[in-house]
Amino acid sequence: MSRIGLAPALQRYPWLADRAVLVHAGVLAALLVAQLVASEYAILSLTRVMVLAVYAVGYNLLFGYAGLLSLGHAMFFAAGLYGAGLAAEHLALGAPAAFLAGIGAGLVLSALAGLVVLRTSGVGFMIVTLMFAQAAYLTLLYLAPITRGQDGFALKGDIRRVLLPGGLSLDLTNPAAGYNLALALLAVAVLGCLALVRSPFGRVLVAIRENEERTRLLGYDTWANKLIAFVVSGTVAAAAGAAYALLFANVGAELASIQYSILPLLWVLLGGAGTVLGPLLGTLLMFYLVDVASGQTHAYMLVVGAALLVLVVWFPKGLLGTLRERMVPWLP
Amino acid sequence: MDIGPNLVLALLEGLVSAAVLALTALGLSLVFGVMRIVNVAHGEFFMLGALLAWWFASLVPASPALGFLLALVLSPLAVGAVALLCERTVLKRVNYDPEATIVATIGLLYIFQQLGLSFFGPVARPVPPPVSFRIELPWYGWSGYKLVVVAASAALVLGVWLVLTRTRLGLVMRATQHDRETAQAFAIPVDRVYAIVFALGAMLAAVAAVLIVPIRQAHYLMGLDPLLFSFIVVIIGGLGSILGTLVAALIVGLSDGIVSVFFSPTLAKILATLMVALVLVVRPQGLFGEAAR
Repeated sequence: MSRIGLAPALQRYPWLADRAVLVHAGVLAALLVAQLVASEYAILSLTRVMVLAVYAVGYNLLFGYAGLLSLGHAMFFAAGLYGAGLAAEHLALGAPAAFLAGIGAGLVLSALAGLVVLRTSGVGFMIVTLMFAQAAYLTLLYLAPITRGQDGFALKGDIRRVLLPGGLSLDLTNPAAGYNLALALLAVAVLGCLALVRSPFGRVLVAIRENEERTRLLGYDTWANKLIAFVVSGTVAAAAGAAYALLFANVGAELASIQYSILPLLWVLLGGAGTVLGPLLGTLLMFYLVDVASGQTHAYMLVVGAALLVLVVWFPKGLLGTLRERMVPWLP
Repeated sequence: MDIGPNLVLALLEGLVSAAVLALTALGLSLVFGVMRIVNVAHGEFFMLGALLAWWFASLVPASPALGFLLALVLSPLAVGAVALLCERTVLKRVNYDPEATIVATIGLLYIFQQLGLSFFGPVARPVPPPVSFRIELPWYGWSGYKLVVVAASAALVLGVWLVLTRTRLGLVMRATQHDRETAQAFAIPVDRVYAIVFALGAMLAAVAAVLIVPIRQAHYLMGLDPLLFSFIVVIIGGLGSILGTLVAALIVGLSDGIVSVFFSPTLAKILATLMVALVLVVRPQGLFGEAAR
C-alpha cells in the first residue's frame, strides 16, 4: 500500500502523479544519465541533436499545434545564430549576454515577420515564409563585410569562457559542459512546451488548427493567438540558433539557407507533429539516419527527399502521432 | 558609360528575364489555379529542362542550331513525362491536400537535385546559342539570341492563352478551375485534367529553361531562383490569375534588370521579396487576384 504513504506528497505536488510529466521528465533524465556511458563522439553528436531538437520544438509549436506550416524558420534560427555571434564578435559581449542578444534578435524579427506573413493563410503563408527566409539569407550574403558572407566566422575561445559568481568559470569548449547546457536548454524547451500546450492558450491553438473559423466565432481572437504562437515559435528557434553559435563557435550563412527551414519540418513530421517529444525523437533519428547514410553514399539529399515523400504519403502522423492514435491516447 | 546606355542595357536584360520568368511563372500559376496546389519542385523541372537541353544539344555537336531545336522539342517532353509520373504516383496519392502536396514536392525537389548532381555532375554545362548574330547599338553590341528568347516566350505565352480561351481543352481546364465538383458532375474527367495540367505546367518551366540555357549555363542548383521569382510573380499578380502573372513578370523582370545592372543581383532579389511584403500589406490577394473565398 505504498500509495497511502505517497498521498501527502501527491497532494502537495499533484504533478508527481501526472504520467505525462513523468514521461517527459524521464526522457530528460535518461539524457542526463546517457552522458555517463556515451562515447566522446556520441556526446558531441548528442549535443548537436539536442540543440537542433530545441529548434524543432519551437517549429512544432507553430506547425504541430497552431497548424501553420512555415517554410522559413531558418530566418529565426539564423537571427539567434547571428544575433549571438555578431554580438560576441563585434560588441565583445560575453556568452550569456550574447545568448540573450540572439534571443532578442529572434523576438524582434519574428514579431515583425509575423505581422506581415499572418496576413496570408494556407499556401500563401507557406510561400511567403519561404521567400522571407530566402530574403534574410540573401541579406546575410549581401552584408558580407559584417557577416563574412558564405564562409561565416568562428567565435574565438575566450568569448566562450563564462565567469560565474564565486570565482568559478565555465568553459563552453568543454564537451561535458556543452552537453549539459544543451540538455538544460532542451529541458526548458520541452517542459515549457508541455506546459504551454496544456494551458488554455495551447487549447486555443489546437482549436485554430482544427477549425479557425469556428474558433473565431466562439469569440477567440485567432489573429492575436496565431501571432503569439508565431513569435514564441520564432523565439525558441532563435534560442536554439544562439546556443548553436555559442556551443559550436560556428556562424555561417549555410545555417540560414532553405535547407535549414525544411529540416525542422522533416524532423517534426518524422517524430510526430503536435506531440511534445516528437521533435526530439525525429531530430535524433534523422541525425543518425543521415549519419549512417552519408557513410554509405554521397546521396544525402536523396535520403532527405525520400524520407519526406515516404512520411507524407504513407505515414503522415509520424512516429509518436501514430503511437498516440493506436496505444497511448493521453500522450501530449 | 552614361546612365542612358546603361538604362537601355538594363531594360533589355530585364526584358529577357521577364520573358523567361513569365513562362516559368505561368506554369506555376496554371497548376495553382486549376489544381489549387503549390508545386515547390517547379524550379527543379526548370533545372531538369536545362540539363536535358545540354544533353540533347551535345548529341549533335556539329550543328548548334539543330542540337538546340532537338533540345527545344525533346527536353520539355521528357520533363512533362517525369512530371506526369510524379503526379500519378505521389500527388494523386496524397489527394492534392495543400499541405501534404507542399511537403511531397519538397521531397521531389531534393530527389531531383540529387539526380541532377549524380547524372550531370557539379559543373555548369554550356549550350551554344542556335543563332549568333549581334545587334549593334550605338554603345555596344547585344546578342541577337536574346531577342529570339523574348519573341519565342511571347509566342508561347500567346499560345497558352489561345489554348486556354479558344480550345476544348482550355474550356475543360477553366471549368475545373472554376468549380471542380460541378465540372465532375458534367462528366469532365477532372482526374485526367489534373494530370495534363501538372505536366503542362512542368513543360512550360522546361521550355523556359531551354530558351535561357544558351545565355545562362545549366547547373543542378539552378532551380531555386526561378522558383522564388515565380512565387514572387504569382503572389504579386494574384494566385491563379494569368493576366496578373504576365503583368507581374514584366514588373519583376524589368526591376530585376535595372537593380542588377546598377547595384547587385543579390540586392535585386532582396528588393523583389520586399515588394511582395508591400503587396501583401496593401492588397493581400495580389494585384489581379480575387479576394479569398
